[in-house]
Amino acid sequence: MGKRVLLIEDEPNIIEAISFILSRDGWTVHTHEDGMTAMDKVLGFPPDMIILDVMLPGRSGFDILRDLRGNDLTKDVPVMMLTARGQEKDRDLAMRLGANHFMTKPFSNTEVRDFVRDLMRA
Amino acid sequence: MSFNSLIAIALGYVIFLFAVAFLAERRAIAGHSNWLQSPIIYTLSLSIYCTAWTFYGAVGYAARSGLEFVTIYLGPTLMMVGWWWVLRRLVRIGRAQRITSIADLVSSRFGKSTQLGIIVTLISVIAGTPYIALQLQSVTLSFAVFSQVEGVSWDQADFYRAAVWVAIGLAVFTVLFGTRNLDANERHHGIVMAIAVEAVVKLLALVAVGAFVVWGVAGGPGAMLARIDASEINLWDQNSGRWIGLIFLSAAAFLCLPRMFQVLVVENADERHLHIASWAFPLYLFLMSLFVVPIAVVGLDLLPAGSNPDLFVLTVPLNQGQGGLAVLSFLGGLSSATSMVIVATLALATMVSNHMVVPLWLRLQGSQHATMSGDVRHVILLSRRLSIAAILALGFLYYRVSGGGTALAAIGLISFTGAVQILPAMIGGVFWRGATGVGAAMGLITGLLIWLWSLFLPSFGADAIISEAVMTNGPWGLNWLRPQALFGITDLDPLVHGIMWSMLLNAGMFVIGSLVTFPAPLERLQGAQFVNVFDHSNAAPTWTPAAAGAEDLLIMAQRIMGGNEAQAIFEQEAKAQGKAGYLPEVTLEFIERLERELAGSVGAATAHAMIGQLIGGSSVSVEDLIAVADEAAQILEYSNRLEEKSKEQERTARALRDANAKLTALSIQKDAFLSQISHELRTPMTSIRSFSDILREGEMSTDEQARYAGIIHDEAVRLTRLLDDLLDLAVLENGQVVLHEQTGNLSDLLDRAVRTSGAYDGRLTILRHRPDENFNLTADLDRLGQVFINLISNARKYCDAATPELTIKVGRSSMGAFVDFIDNGSGIASDNQALIFEKFSRLTDGSKAGGAGLGLAICREVMQRLGGDVAYLANVAGGAFRVTLPPAKNPAKLEQT
Repeated sequence: MGKRVLLIEDEPNIIEAISFILSRDGWTVHTHEDGMTAMDKVLGFPPDMIILDVMLPGRSGFDILRDLRGNDLTKDVPVMMLTARGQEKDRDLAMRLGANHFMTKPFSNTEVRDFVRDLMRA
Repeated sequence: MSFNSLIAIALGYVIFLFAVAFLAERRAIAGHSNWLQSPIIYTLSLSIYCTAWTFYGAVGYAARSGLEFVTIYLGPTLMMVGWWWVLRRLVRIGRAQRITSIADLVSSRFGKSTQLGIIVTLISVIAGTPYIALQLQSVTLSFAVFSQVEGVSWDQADFYRAAVWVAIGLAVFTVLFGTRNLDANERHHGIVMAIAVEAVVKLLALVAVGAFVVWGVAGGPGAMLARIDASEINLWDQNSGRWIGLIFLSAAAFLCLPRMFQVLVVENADERHLHIASWAFPLYLFLMSLFVVPIAVVGLDLLPAGSNPDLFVLTVPLNQGQGGLAVLSFLGGLSSATSMVIVATLALATMVSNHMVVPLWLRLQGSQHATMSGDVRHVILLSRRLSIAAILALGFLYYRVSGGGTALAAIGLISFTGAVQILPAMIGGVFWRGATGVGAAMGLITGLLIWLWSLFLPSFGADAIISEAVMTNGPWGLNWLRPQALFGITDLDPLVHGIMWSMLLNAGMFVIGSLVTFPAPLERLQGAQFVNVFDHSNAAPTWTPAAAGAEDLLIMAQRIMGGNEAQAIFEQEAKAQGKAGYLPEVTLEFIERLERELAGSVGAATAHAMIGQLIGGSSVSVEDLIAVADEAAQILEYSNRLEEKSKEQERTARALRDANAKLTALSIQKDAFLSQISHELRTPMTSIRSFSDILREGEMSTDEQARYAGIIHDEAVRLTRLLDDLLDLAVLENGQVVLHEQTGNLSDLLDRAVRTSGAYDGRLTILRHRPDENFNLTADLDRLGQVFINLISNARKYCDAATPELTIKVGRSSMGAFVDFIDNGSGIASDNQALIFEKFSRLTDGSKAGGAGLGLAICREVMQRLGGDVAYLANVAGGAFRVTLPPAKNPAKLEQT
């Protein structure tokens, strides 16, 4: 069984696309759509890596990232942030809060795949 | 005068006070608060400085120690006459920073520190509790005096019983009028009015007893003076150390007592009131002290040796058979005690609740509280009410434990000394930019410890807490630690000794601590704002821009201030930015302003922490600070140079700066909107790009291929629709839209809209009453139809009932004809109703708005152009929208065809 990635994202089509890309690469993809309960989900089963959208219903991805980094269980789990707002200050904020990578939508599939591979090799 | 009728009079008086407070609140709510905010009311409210301890106790003090009692009045008098500018600074800061209490002032000045808030609150509660006990004692004593006249003498249990009832009554009054609303800025009109009335009663009572003594007993001023000369009171044998110490103490306490801070600063409605109060309040104190010596002298002459001089104000009239006068004097004493207890309890409860209970509660709630957990406002009010009850219970407990004896009478000045420990941090904080939070904490803790050791603990009496041996030899045989002879200074009056050491070391540690530590960025900014409060009103921003949405802020604000007030603030700001609706751009200035508004409810430290959680904790950094400081210095230098040249040029400079500010605001608005559009466009593009990549890679079933092509198609349609909406909105907002007016039948128009919106697919049942719809109207019918289509397709998409139904109802109100669209779904949560007409609003209850969230914004713009309106109907089951038709050319009702 492959490693587990948790995708926290609320757009059904983007969920489907990323799930497709990563399962072909041997990942088990779990998904979660709600910002408010995302932290509970993560703590329920610590994944090997997290892909986190910024604009989520209920709670911002930045808030979730801050909680992830503040929790001993999850502070070392690699996190890739996704955003469609595409502003430089969002990238800065994400990196300052401890994201491992920051990706602006739209992305190319190879970009996602390569980054996830790099991260797991490192 | 029977004891029972006294009880009846006291109760009647209390009911009268309730009525006064109630009417004042009512008038304030109705907006007639002008005369409630007059300088006279302000001055009278300051008289809570004169508690029962001064009302009854001053005469006793004079009987025992001659003129020394005057020092208690001299301190505040000097403060008001000579040092009013210190007060003015405090009042200005209090208003600018929405300060709710003295603990809030210190906490706010030193970087909105939670710890300092707690320290100051603790000091205030420890020092304030005995004082409240003292008031309970005086009220019960005065009851007992009347009871004795009837020949019933009270035992200890009677005293306690009376004290319990007094404490309960005061708690009820304070809860009723002190916790009606949250924002301290709305002030407690009822309470202030009641204490102003009480101020008049106590002054009248004391002057009446004094006049009776001088003219009724002694036979005129000349005879009175002769009598004073002949009496044993030793007026002029004074200890100069005590005089200086006591004048300083009372002046400082006038500023530092939580209750004085409450009436001086928090309840102050207008800075100019200080001008009147600066002479009127000393006059009040003068009148209060005028007859103290005559009453003391006559009391010593008339009453049997060994009578308690603290009760002369009551017992002299009773002895002379003046029952009515004695009752008046009783009411004066009752007024002094109750007004002090009410305000002190209110001030202490605000501090306990804002600086201890609420921060603790927030911490227990975890980090998600700000936008989701229960009603914060409710929690704060509840905690304030419980704190009021707890503080009065503490006061009663202290009264019981101390036994209500003479030990209690001596506690007044000791209490003052405790409260005054806040002075260095407060005065240092508002005059000295270099003061730091570490210094303030060191000073406060040092002062508190010395005060406890040298004055408070010994006040319980020998061997009660500190043993006799420690008093004479020091702890562990350390001679220099003797409580009343610290560091080898003996022969000083214990009180002067305590004041001197606690203040010296407190101030010393404060200065040293401030010099050796470096203030945190936020502390520096707050320090600059406090110290330079008169120089510039433009505060430097304490937040860096970050990812907080106006919606999140609005929701948090609603939770604390309640829906209407929060929405009013947001709407006002949006209007100032030239936008309709409730969502202003989140500019730095707005965040600052919102933080100050919230601080009025929950204190600066908590408000800062809550905003911090939403903004992502990106409070100001050192770099930002240096940038701000540089910029400010440059602007200052620049304008200074200009000032030298001419005022004309300065005006130009100001205009330039204003223009620059406006441009900055505009560009921030544009930024936020662009980032939203970017999000809405990039999301479908992401799916399109990703699935086309997948299709290109091949290796999949035909089913999968068809499905992915379908997704690409749908997302492309979504993208196109979004672009159409955006263009439409841009045209509408710029006012470039050309209206094509036509006349047509409303029923036909609705038919078309229902057809176009795709509502005939059977998913949504539409209920209509056609006869009502049958009239002609003249407007841009295409645009009106666009609004109808939008509302119908929204119901089709989002109505969450099992069998969705939409009722379309035409009616008429004072605003004109309207069309209601009401579905049978669960509707929109009240928190979100203000948001739905905003561009790209996303609802916070987790339900997805879908689409781009532009539809309703377009509806609003269209209806505004047409001269009508579209609004959400609250209080209707289900999702409900009302379209008010344009007024001018509408309903010339046709005959039924």
